[in-house]
Amino acid sequence: MSELKEELKAKIIEQLNLEDVSVAEIADDDALFGDGLGLDSIDALELIVMLDKDYGIRLSDPKEGRKIFESVQVMADYIEEHRTK
Amino acid sequence: MGKGVAITGMGIISAIGNNVTENYDALINCRKGISRVENIETVQRDEIMVGEIKFTNDELIAKLNLPPENNYSRTAMLGAIAAKEAIANAGITDIKKYKTGIVSGTSVGGMDMTEKYYYKYLTEKTPQKYIESHHAGDSTQKIAEQLGIEESLVTTISTACSSAANAIMLGARLIKSGKLDRVLVGGADCLSKFTINGFKTLMILSDTYNTPFDENRKGLNLGEAAAFLVLESDEVVKAENKRILAYVKGYGNANDAFHQTASSDNGDGATLAMEKALKVADLKASDIDYINAHGTATGNNDLSEGRAILRVFGEDLPEFSSTKAFTGHTLAAAGAIEAVYSVLALQNNVIFPNLNFKTPMKEFSMIPQTELKEKELNTVLSNSLGFGGNCSTVIFSKEA
Amino acid sequence: MKKVYINSIASISPQKTYDNSMFLDKITDYNDTVIFAVDPDYKQYIPPAAARRMAKGIKMGVVASKIAMDEAGIETVDAIITGTGMGCMIDSEKFVSAIIDNNEQYLTPTSFIQSTHNTVAGQIALGMECKAYNFTYVHSAISFESALLDAKMQLENDEAEHILVGGVEELGDHTTKVHRVVNHIKPEPVTISTVLNSKTEGAVFSEGANFFVVSNEKQESCYAELVAVETFNTLPKEKVSETIESFLIENNVKVEDIDVVVFGNNGDVDFDTYYNQLSESNFSNIQQIFYKHLVGENNTVSAFGVWLGSKILKTQTIPKIIKINEIKIPEIKTVLCYNQYRGQNHSLVLLKKC
Repeated sequence: MSELKEELKAKIIEQLNLEDVSVAEIADDDALFGDGLGLDSIDALELIVMLDKDYGIRLSDPKEGRKIFESVQVMADYIEEHRTK
Repeated sequence: MGKGVAITGMGIISAIGNNVTENYDALINCRKGISRVENIETVQRDEIMVGEIKFTNDELIAKLNLPPENNYSRTAMLGAIAAKEAIANAGITDIKKYKTGIVSGTSVGGMDMTEKYYYKYLTEKTPQKYIESHHAGDSTQKIAEQLGIEESLVTTISTACSSAANAIMLGARLIKSGKLDRVLVGGADCLSKFTINGFKTLMILSDTYNTPFDENRKGLNLGEAAAFLVLESDEVVKAENKRILAYVKGYGNANDAFHQTASSDNGDGATLAMEKALKVADLKASDIDYINAHGTATGNNDLSEGRAILRVFGEDLPEFSSTKAFTGHTLAAAGAIEAVYSVLALQNNVIFPNLNFKTPMKEFSMIPQTELKEKELNTVLSNSLGFGGNCSTVIFSKEA
Repeated sequence: MKKVYINSIASISPQKTYDNSMFLDKITDYNDTVIFAVDPDYKQYIPPAAARRMAKGIKMGVVASKIAMDEAGIETVDAIITGTGMGCMIDSEKFVSAIIDNNEQYLTPTSFIQSTHNTVAGQIALGMECKAYNFTYVHSAISFESALLDAKMQLENDEAEHILVGGVEELGDHTTKVHRVVNHIKPEPVTISTVLNSKTEGAVFSEGANFFVVSNEKQESCYAELVAVETFNTLPKEKVSETIESFLIENNVKVEDIDVVVFGNNGDVDFDTYYNQLSESNFSNIQQIFYKHLVGENNTVSAFGVWLGSKILKTQTIPKIIKINEIKIPEIKTVLCYNQYRGQNHSLVLLKKC
């Protein structure tokens, strides 16, 4: 599980071009959107593609993403439960 | 300010017809042009519906009598067909008699060929002729070539989905300032894998018929189209005793400055655009008889635009409808397509229905006109809103 | 009708031109067929959160616009108008190749969003929180001049007081490869001193951003009066001379009133003849200057010509490296810029000392 979380943090940084952020700086419970990491709706769409491509989880409604991407912890829990690859 | 610029001709090709007459006939008979995509091979075929013009490229080449070695993109061909109709419709036989220019809007440009031959350009000789057709301005250069417009002002605007509305705006300015005597304004965009997949990544493509301003709207249908209007100066109108179809009475452009793609929740940009257009037209909101809304049927657009309309018009809302359910969202061309529809509405005193509407949105009680309605119209306001926060409004009128 | 003034300028180009206190003092030579812009410190101007999605063209546009705004000493404008012939190439290429390489699967939105032609103008507006008029012209070599003309009309009619106008172009790897195939790019590397006499087809491709604040009130910082802008989709070689003459007559200027003419020669043996015929006839007794040997060719590089003209009028100096001939001028009052690309999309811009 902690491996998955580290993996997600690295992927978030790379995929979303967060050049000035390091894996160590993202806590498991940090909010990814809004005041936390400051991600926005475009990032949510990027993460939806990542879920599909890397973990075989397909979301059809972008609104679902908002809940799943609350924090790295929530994301990891969701992926553990739903992953198909 | 306040005085309109005369529209003396128009031409169009869209998913609901290959000329003005066919488009009008489809509009008054509620015949939409939304179908599965046929001319583009895409894995998204079964997941989306589009407003496609059913001519293949070869059929368009034949229609325009282009030589086999031509390097016209589909955008250029659609544009040329609509532009030629507009010139004929305006009764122009000698294009060089007056200082004539073109302002066109496009977002796809020659991307259809680029995506087809992207890697092949490097190894195969035959498709290389299309390399020069990639850039957006090429389609406009080709339209100019088709019309014999030379040594003149020919330019292209690309502000995403408001491009053609902005082309009309610049054209009106060019006439008012005396830079040109006559200008063809409009836009053209063809379907492409680029835009199909692009909008797909934004998760705003509907897998069924689009439903503007409906609570359960699922997104837009992409469309392809081209339309052009001929604007002429008062001097030309007088000298040639021209028949005037309508006037470009007002126009306004503003930026939402909110987000790269999404519109602000309260529709700041659209509100400003409508207010500016009313000011240029020297009209009050209550003078507007019909609103041809942008209404793309995405969650974001219809909410933002709806709120903006309410802000400008208050409770005293004239009939409004989006014609996107007929044609799909034709991107950069949309402002020109809907300009033609606005002029048709004025000429025939009819309001075209907002098809597929069932349930009002929960955020407000706005209900679009869902059936064809006859009404004496003197002014029509048309909105076009795009990426980059780009918001435009053009007002058309019967009287100058 | 109000007069129109260029009150500030900014240039990011393959030369170090982003510092307005300098004027081509130090020249960077190259030996290449494609040259890139010298980067200012983008981080100094763009916060990391905003920069993370920006390709180079967007960064160049945003920073050049900030330099121009700073010099004009204003916070906002009544319109933002940009020109870009090729648009956001880097993101366009990214998205097209992703479509093809992944057979339309697993595509992400960022490059599509950023590929839109009006991204630069939109980002400038976002950064400035400017809700004003926002246009982008995309017509090959006259993209910038279209923007300039639009601005000029609005200022003359007093519909706006200050307008930010600019041209921006970025290089994309694939597009460069493709243009090599059709010989639009020079076959052999050239240097600043050899490009114009290379006697080969094609140009040295480049990138850059040139922005200006134009206003209908003259400020202290004023560089030039923008007298006229005109564009032509086509123009046969043999009609260039008479077209320029009638353009000048329309603006009440005689050929002999021109102190400096800025030519767009790029060393393409097939198309430099458009300029050469003029330098040998109408303009033989006039100071001629050129710049594409320094900054290469791109669809909005003619904005660099306007940058040069403005700078020359304000500083009353002409760096030696841009002179084609040597004419003594007591006072530089009038500058004419002429550009075309591959025989199409010609533009004339007339500037006067302010």
